[in-house]
Amino acid sequence: MPNKDTIVDVPTVNKIARLSRLDIPEVNKESLTNDLNNILGFVAQLDEVDTSNVEPLASVTGHKLPLRSDDVNDGNIEDLVLKNAPESSSGFFVVPKVIE
Amino acid sequence: MNDTSTLKLGHIQGETGIWEMVIGLEIHAQISSKSKLFSGASASFGSEANRNVSLVDAAMPGMLPVINEFCVEQAVKTGLALNAKINNVSVFDRKNYFYADLPQGYQISQFTKPIVGEGEIIVDLDDGEQTTIGIERLHLEQDAGKSLHDQHPTKSYIDLNRTGVALMEIVSKPDIRSPQEAGAYVKKIRSILRYIGACDGNMEEGSLRADCNVSVRKSGEEFGTRCEIKNLNSIRFIIQAIQSEAERQVDILEEGGTIDQETRLFDTSTGETRSMRSKEDAHDYRYFPDPDLLPLEFSESWVQDIKEKLPELPDSLKKRLIKDFGITSYDASILVEEKDYVDFYQQAANGRDGKLTANWMITELFGALKKDNLSFLESPITSENLGELISLISNGTISGKIAKEVFSEMMKSKKSPSEIVKEKGLEQVSDDSEILKLIDQVISDNQDKVNEYLSGKDKLFGFFVGQVMKLSQGKANPGVVNKLLKEKLK
Repeated sequence: MPNKDTIVDVPTVNKIARLSRLDIPEVNKESLTNDLNNILGFVAQLDEVDTSNVEPLASVTGHKLPLRSDDVNDGNIEDLVLKNAPESSSGFFVVPKVIE
Repeated sequence: MNDTSTLKLGHIQGETGIWEMVIGLEIHAQISSKSKLFSGASASFGSEANRNVSLVDAAMPGMLPVINEFCVEQAVKTGLALNAKINNVSVFDRKNYFYADLPQGYQISQFTKPIVGEGEIIVDLDDGEQTTIGIERLHLEQDAGKSLHDQHPTKSYIDLNRTGVALMEIVSKPDIRSPQEAGAYVKKIRSILRYIGACDGNMEEGSLRADCNVSVRKSGEEFGTRCEIKNLNSIRFIIQAIQSEAERQVDILEEGGTIDQETRLFDTSTGETRSMRSKEDAHDYRYFPDPDLLPLEFSESWVQDIKEKLPELPDSLKKRLIKDFGITSYDASILVEEKDYVDFYQQAANGRDGKLTANWMITELFGALKKDNLSFLESPITSENLGELISLISNGTISGKIAKEVFSEMMKSKKSPSEIVKEKGLEQVSDDSEILKLIDQVISDNQDKVNEYLSGKDKLFGFFVGQVMKLSQGKANPGVVNKLLKEKLK
């Protein structure tokens, strides 16, 4: 959890952009850095509350994770699945070559 | 050349001394469910491309994952079988990375709170020794899709059938000290998974695969920097890859270099590992709890119900086989590798010589099946027939030598051994008068040798035994032949 002292700089913005595969124009990086610092600074106010004895809360509804039985009742919709693909061939998605 | 014959397994003799390997394994085991971990699409192998894909698996907007209860049960069952701590509350996280066969842009996995915590298993080594390997954790996660790179010169083809299939990742502690130990560990995990039915253990189809973390150090020193070898799908490759990776690291360190922590691939054609040229950020997965999924919770009584239904596991069965049938620990550990072996053995050995049955099953039957390229379930010899063969040997109807002949006929014709013995007239001859007739003939045919023997050439005794056996076409009882010959040649 970031605290008030967390400072996002341009290299950090570059790193996050690369991890997220976002192409951010150079001219926007400075303002984006400021925005992120403002957001993090705002959220960091939460650190003022002492939560050392509080269990993390996963849900406010009190619901439990629902489970389903192991039945095959979906699939067989390859036409639908491939419908939005820019390119497909004999049932496969076709993408620019990605190989290690 | 260094003399490596006295080196312990997992040790490497370098210029500067002996190096020791430190190995930890991550095993990915596909759960034997009918449908996927978070969707109702089929988890079966080998379907038409993208047939087993739901809109959840394809990560269409607005789709929500719903967890498969059977998969949760298998993870708990496996945790119990690994003597591990079951966490009644666990959390699913998103592991973020981009790859064409991961449509969500993240894998749903478990990071800080896995479903199963620490445990340990006993591993049987080839020399009959045992060692204990710690389990760090087991968690549930989604498998990724499959990319085909050889269909087109500039394109990759993506099949999402495997996307979202349920995996258990079983992480060992860095307790393993040799490639052979790593192989034995995988064998044991595979065997346990098959006993409890959580995973079919089929390594060829990729239902079970391992990532190996390898580092080297001088004995007693701190752990060295490790490299991870990805995605090994056979025990033989695991052993080869670890050995070659450890040797590579020793070479670098002895030349004064340092090891870069990196992910490597094992090239099965060269038998060496190579760097995956991974991007520096590859391991920055930015895990966070998946907001689509609440924590997974279950009651202690549900865990107890699963525990009560667990079948007898290999370790307990092994002890029982040693006690009930008097076989060696080594033979017992081979027989308990597969549930099918144990069932077969217990039927064949029931009321018979346990040691003899184990020998025939492990040496002769396993050997013959391997030679004929047959799986155990395709064996032409049933447990009843192998048992009958053991009885025929034990009660002296046939000799061990004739038994081998009967055995190969059983492999070919699937007939019962007594049928074969009767048809071919192979009953062992133990009757004194018949054997004496044979002895008399051998003596009269070899009078010169008899004279040599009587004048002190003791070694010829074996020659006479051989001649009598030959004359009987192998059917004479060798014990009786020996006894009568000795009397006759006094």
